[in-house]
Amino acid sequence: MLRQIEGSRAVAESVALCRPEVICAYPITPQTHIVEGLGEMVKSGQLKGCDFINVESEFAALSVAIGSSAAGARSYTATASQGLLYMAEAVYNASGLGLPIVMTIGNRAIGAPINIWNDHSDSMSMRDSGWLQLHAETNQEAADLHIQAFRLAEELSLPVMVCMDGFILTHAYERVDVPTQQQVDAYLPPFLPRQVLNPAAPLSIGAMVGPEAFMEVRYLDHCKQGQALELIPELNREFREIFGRDSGGLLRAYRAHDAETLVVALGSINGTIQETVDQLRAEGMKIGSVSLCSYRPFPVEALRKKLASAKEVVVVEKCVAVGVGGIVSMEVRNALTGLPITVSTVVAGLGGRTITRKSLRGVFHKAHVGQLPPLTFLDLNHDVVSRELDRQRDRRHSGPPAENILRDLRSPVCQ
Amino acid sequence: MFQIRIHGRGGQGVVSAAEMLSVAAFLEGKYAQAFPSFGSERTGAPVMSFCRIDDIPIRLREPVLQPDALIIQDPTLLHLPGLFDGLEPDGFVLINSSHQPAGFAAMACPPDHRLAIGASELALKHLGRPLPNAALLGAFSALSGVLHIESVLEAIREKFPGKIGDANAAAAQAAWQIVKEARMEAHATAD
Amino acid sequence: MPVTEIKFYQTGTFTIGNRLLSEEERAGQSAANRANSLNCGHRACQGCGEALGARYAIDAAIRASKGQLIVANATGCLEVFSTPYPESSWQIAWMHSLFGNAAAVATGIAAAMKVKGRDDVRVLAQGGDGGTTDIGFACLSGMFERNDDVLYVCYDNEGYMNTGVQRSSATPPAARTATTPAMGSEPGNRFGQGKSIPLIAMAHQIPFVATASVANLRDLEDKIERATLMRGARYVHVHVPCPLGWGSEPSDTIKVARMAVESGLFPLFEAEYGALSAHTKIRRKVPVEEYLRLQKRFAHLFKPTTDVARVNHIQAIADRNIERFDLLN
Repeated sequence: MLRQIEGSRAVAESVALCRPEVICAYPITPQTHIVEGLGEMVKSGQLKGCDFINVESEFAALSVAIGSSAAGARSYTATASQGLLYMAEAVYNASGLGLPIVMTIGNRAIGAPINIWNDHSDSMSMRDSGWLQLHAETNQEAADLHIQAFRLAEELSLPVMVCMDGFILTHAYERVDVPTQQQVDAYLPPFLPRQVLNPAAPLSIGAMVGPEAFMEVRYLDHCKQGQALELIPELNREFREIFGRDSGGLLRAYRAHDAETLVVALGSINGTIQETVDQLRAEGMKIGSVSLCSYRPFPVEALRKKLASAKEVVVVEKCVAVGVGGIVSMEVRNALTGLPITVSTVVAGLGGRTITRKSLRGVFHKAHVGQLPPLTFLDLNHDVVSRELDRQRDRRHSGPPAENILRDLRSPVCQ
Repeated sequence: MFQIRIHGRGGQGVVSAAEMLSVAAFLEGKYAQAFPSFGSERTGAPVMSFCRIDDIPIRLREPVLQPDALIIQDPTLLHLPGLFDGLEPDGFVLINSSHQPAGFAAMACPPDHRLAIGASELALKHLGRPLPNAALLGAFSALSGVLHIESVLEAIREKFPGKIGDANAAAAQAAWQIVKEARMEAHATAD
Repeated sequence: MPVTEIKFYQTGTFTIGNRLLSEEERAGQSAANRANSLNCGHRACQGCGEALGARYAIDAAIRASKGQLIVANATGCLEVFSTPYPESSWQIAWMHSLFGNAAAVATGIAAAMKVKGRDDVRVLAQGGDGGTTDIGFACLSGMFERNDDVLYVCYDNEGYMNTGVQRSSATPPAARTATTPAMGSEPGNRFGQGKSIPLIAMAHQIPFVATASVANLRDLEDKIERATLMRGARYVHVHVPCPLGWGSEPSDTIKVARMAVESGLFPLFEAEYGALSAHTKIRRKVPVEEYLRLQKRFAHLFKPTTDVARVNHIQAIADRNIERFDLLN
């Protein structure tokens, strides 16, 4: 049914339709509205057969999900930023134990400095954990991906993170088609694990695996991501058949067929990018974009195919490997090995910094005429950083950069 | 696409206003996007929210930089630099004020696109609390003609249950009425 | 009828042979059909108090729950020595997740059972003192506060033994560990404020709290059985000597445990909803010195001469327990 609702509400309702059995929640901006919505649905009886537990930390949240999932219950939680880091140990534990937990990440920057706004540093920090990571471009996709995620997780026996941009998606009201229970039931069968904690068939889960077998276990995790590459498009096709729309899949191209410049990005920024592409196309530039939905597994083959005939690729990413450069662009470059394509990194939107069509036009133009440097921080305030860098050259001063900037603004003469 | 930027202070329902606008647009079969500009939420701090309305799906995610309409829920914000930034030449300006604020006549929009209305006073009368957002939405409907008052009233009732919804709707209706009448008078005078 | 006087000479424990007791009074471990939940073949050290305690405790829980039990185990000695992959000595449904989350994992398992209508399945979480009093403290407190239907059993050997005998918040004052060496002006562990998880559990006013010791295995069984039959958050704290970490003889494990109880250093008591409901009196009070001398981790208190001040300080702790829990007649 078509509804005009908050992204968080759409996600809560879609998760509820998946018949979760255990939901554990610890609040953190910007995920709060999702878990509040689910809590309300459980309390009111709208969501039956589900236990909603208020836990004392994110570490506890994922740990509770680990226990309930291992005992055969469909389990869900949500977090962001600091919370994801706080449960990092449990994140690796869940994937190592092959537990099909679905977790929403309301993408938010990681401190210090503390910042509640959107960027992708949080989910990026867990990209090697073995979890699958899917990114939603719109609230419709965010809702739909959760349904696909439970199916994906339970078929592969691997946990899945559904990433949606904090505030930009979680707190935006948009039109969403919330599916019916029948549709979801037709797509998502009950959870029937192969190995489960059951007194009737006892087994030991979680033993210490030594050097003689650890590599094999990890290799099998590695293989699972490859299996996901096959399964994700299949589930996307099946979703289209049952729900009547295209959501998810590995990636989605926009006006890419004859593009010389191609832009790659994850998440909601693709909307603004597509608007910018339309503007530039109208002015005659051959430009297109690719929205990566599946970040883990990284769709190397599919992406290479889509980008192969471009001259320049611009990766716009909301994260940075501090001291190194782009994270997503490294993987994009890897996928394009051997091809004569210039890949440029545009780090944008860190800590929620607004990304405008105007600024994107600027960098896309530069890329098109081969003048975009390998690494750009979009809309950086060069005055502020130059001053700080100059002062650092003259004298070192320990302490957090954010406060140092203020110190220098107060006293123009170096102390 | 029609873009609205709402300015106010925390606690005045700025975020709800944008949401209700988007629901009203949805009820008319349009696509709409509403989202806030976040700061650490505190009552009294300046906040902004945005609403986009279009006949095709909305993809843009940047804040509203070139508003077709500004709704200013708190006149004490009028001195803020940048408040009117990006306002389209034929944009609308709606201010919550029972009297014409300073500089009203000089605002960069057509004279019949700007309006000051005592929304807080209307709210006090109908709700018992000076929450001006619903009244302003009613006024906006009459001022801009972008949304039908019926859609606005339904959106208000969807957002607020029972008596509170009725009271807010009454405030919106009253504001709409005032603006409509003022318009007719103005046209009559002009003729 | 002629009467024959029989003299019993008992050494080691005070256990009267099970044969002289009625079946209900006998230890569960004496039954031929005992579950052997923690089967032989595990890799624990000779004389391990934890292996002994766990064997009794889990079989008691299995018996009380009629086999409908799922166990969540924290990282630690018990977890490591019981599951040397690819083998496992557990014959029950058992899971190990992380060091600090056994209580939370158990909460999750209990929730799953509840949702699936499996009221009959009971959940037990277990861990050492490290995983309970330190790194697992937050999750434990959360479980208590929510009154989740979990029985948590802590095997307290007063240190991080699995990683090589480091100090935990359960390590007693003056004890030597790898991170509190017996040197300097304050040899061994510092005299801090202590951290009694049983008392903290009582402060949460959960349905059942008990302390137990491998010195009285029947009592341990009894407490676990009764706890297993209850609902809500329950906590049993078991004192288990570690010969390796404590520097005691493997054959002295039960003796050392008894000394701890009889000196007053490890009081045996029960509480329900925050109020003391039972306690075990000391049978034959011993000075703490008798207990301390059995363990090399306290050797520095007696060489070259007795550190009277510190021993007295430890005695004061014992005396305080005796008074607080009314342990003497």
